[in-house]
Amino acid sequence: MKIHEYQAKRLLKEFDIPVPEGEVAETPEQARKIAEKLGAGKMVVKAQIHAGGRGKGGGIKVASTPEEAEKLSGQIIGMKLVTPQTGPEGKQVRKVLLEEGISIKKELYLGITIDRAACCPMIVASEAGGMEIEEVARSTPDKILREQVDPILGLRGFQTRKLAYGLGLEQAVIKQAAPLISNLYRLFHNKDASLAEINPLVITEDDRLLALDAKVDLDDSGLNRHKELLELRDPNEEEPLEVEASKYNLNYIKLDGSVGCLVNGAGLAMATMDLIKQVGLEPANFLDVGGQASAEMVENAFRILLSDEKVKAVLINIFGGILRCDTLATGIVEAGHKLEIKVPMVIRLEGTNVEQGQNILNKSGLNFTVAADMKEAAEKIASTLK
Amino acid sequence: MSILVDKNTKLLVQGITGGEGSFHTKQMVSYGTNVVAGVTPGKGGHYVEGVPVFNTVVEAEKATGANTSVIFVPAAFATEAILESAHAGLKLVVCITERIPPQDMIPAYHYLKKINTRLIGPNCPGIISPGKCKVGIMPGHIHKEGGIGVISRSGTLTYEAVKQLTDLGVGQSTCIGIGGDPIIGSSFVDLLRLFNQDKQTKGVVIIGEIGGSEEEKAAEYIKGEFKKPVVAFIAGQTAPPGRRMGHAGAIIAGGKGTAKEKIAALRAAGVNVASSPVDIGQRMKEALS
Repeated sequence: MKIHEYQAKRLLKEFDIPVPEGEVAETPEQARKIAEKLGAGKMVVKAQIHAGGRGKGGGIKVASTPEEAEKLSGQIIGMKLVTPQTGPEGKQVRKVLLEEGISIKKELYLGITIDRAACCPMIVASEAGGMEIEEVARSTPDKILREQVDPILGLRGFQTRKLAYGLGLEQAVIKQAAPLISNLYRLFHNKDASLAEINPLVITEDDRLLALDAKVDLDDSGLNRHKELLELRDPNEEEPLEVEASKYNLNYIKLDGSVGCLVNGAGLAMATMDLIKQVGLEPANFLDVGGQASAEMVENAFRILLSDEKVKAVLINIFGGILRCDTLATGIVEAGHKLEIKVPMVIRLEGTNVEQGQNILNKSGLNFTVAADMKEAAEKIASTLK
Repeated sequence: MSILVDKNTKLLVQGITGGEGSFHTKQMVSYGTNVVAGVTPGKGGHYVEGVPVFNTVVEAEKATGANTSVIFVPAAFATEAILESAHAGLKLVVCITERIPPQDMIPAYHYLKKINTRLIGPNCPGIISPGKCKVGIMPGHIHKEGGIGVISRSGTLTYEAVKQLTDLGVGQSTCIGIGGDPIIGSSFVDLLRLFNQDKQTKGVVIIGEIGGSEEEKAAEYIKGEFKKPVVAFIAGQTAPPGRRMGHAGAIIAGGKGTAKEKIAALRAAGVNVASSPVDIGQRMKEALS
């Protein structure tokens, strides 16, 4: 789960990592009040969306007075912010973060993620922080420090010191850096994050370390034990159909094509999408109803899939394992009777309880085409749409 | 001979009294798997499908000589279940459970490596050596005993490939779903090593997907050491970057882990990569002839 910068910074603060003074506003008036509280001097107005590269798209501005902060916030709130990460359609800005302006001496990078190859958390740090960190990693890899965390020992003091000295910091800053790294690791570990990143981590003119920007991604599997983090979810940032699907524990991702797919298992769902593409069509979605789907879940899945107006045909590809074909068929029949299905439907059923499933479908009175295998299913979809 | 599970497997089911645990115990027993014990804390003394239930793995192992465990325990308790079996001395643990937080899995992964317990999964369909033993949730009837090993990150896509093989008359030695999570107990390479030694296995199908770099490592191993024909399929050729395709491990992150890269690495290693999921069986049949 992605969260906003202002939410990530609240988490950092909770773990004793210094962040600039600031607050979030939803209206220009609120922004002005926050600016007045921040006092004299320059301040920064930052659009809050779940995408990076905001500065390049005009989502980060500097204001000198509360009046100017109000005016700039008025321009940013409501804008469709297009950045290299949002795609051409951009993202609607609903909130801005107002922060005190900081005089910066140097920008560093600090991030923690899971190294899949080594199966352990990995801390990455660099003296060359800021916007072009990926480019730094490519062109000057020696400027990137990496430290693996032994999951049984945990992150040790000698490791945080090694990183701090490795960054070439001055003594006064090293004393702040070592605990800061260990605090960020605590956050990463205790909150089940999949990424905790401070970029840039700045050294101010008066030699303080400060998290100027922050990105925290939370692992979806860990959320069940962090009810407090569930509140950080911002449904405005997500595709409405995906939000709806997540209510029923369905893995649904909206895409741009015309063939709606309902599949069990992520691998088979991806393979079904690949196959649709190979017959010259585009998938409208990825939808994995999962291993433990109930008839009700399947019904909801079907409804969500059909509510995408771009869907011109539906391909159902089920290989029953845990999910039994009769359960699936019951869900489809229930949905079929409640919804008016206007698009052609091709169904391929195989695996556990396949005969019972086919019986339920055959007796349902629904209009559909049966395919014997995946290949035939894709070909039949292609012939109905061409 | 097949690998990992066979007629000598004495299976213990953790979470045997739950809905999935009891359903699949019945399926495994009817396939012919020797299910000797179940474990659910607080349910010791009961029976499920004629299988005695114990409160702890240690107790169950002492009473029955169980040597393999399969786990149907909910995510919040699954890592404990993995550790309990490993600690009790079982040498093979198969974890079906999905949605285990990676930060729980990481220490468990390292502990099991240290004490030399093999873990398959989590978030996987399990292992089957057709005609001998089924440890997991795959539909048994689509399999046929024979000479092809199957290793896959996906569940249902494995069934798809297996059915194609069986329909073409090509049987399987052992089929393993290694799981769709970023942190899994056994990799493609771990299992390719076993298939390389196995006399029954004449060729291997590997089914990968986007995300991570295990397919690339498999390619490297195959090029250097693997002596039998390999057919592969990589799912997610049309998946957009940055979106997690259901499996926690199936994500193209920072431009890495694309299907294109994996296919190129495997082809460079001499692997016959099927571009369509419907051709997996046929490609294997051709590779054998």
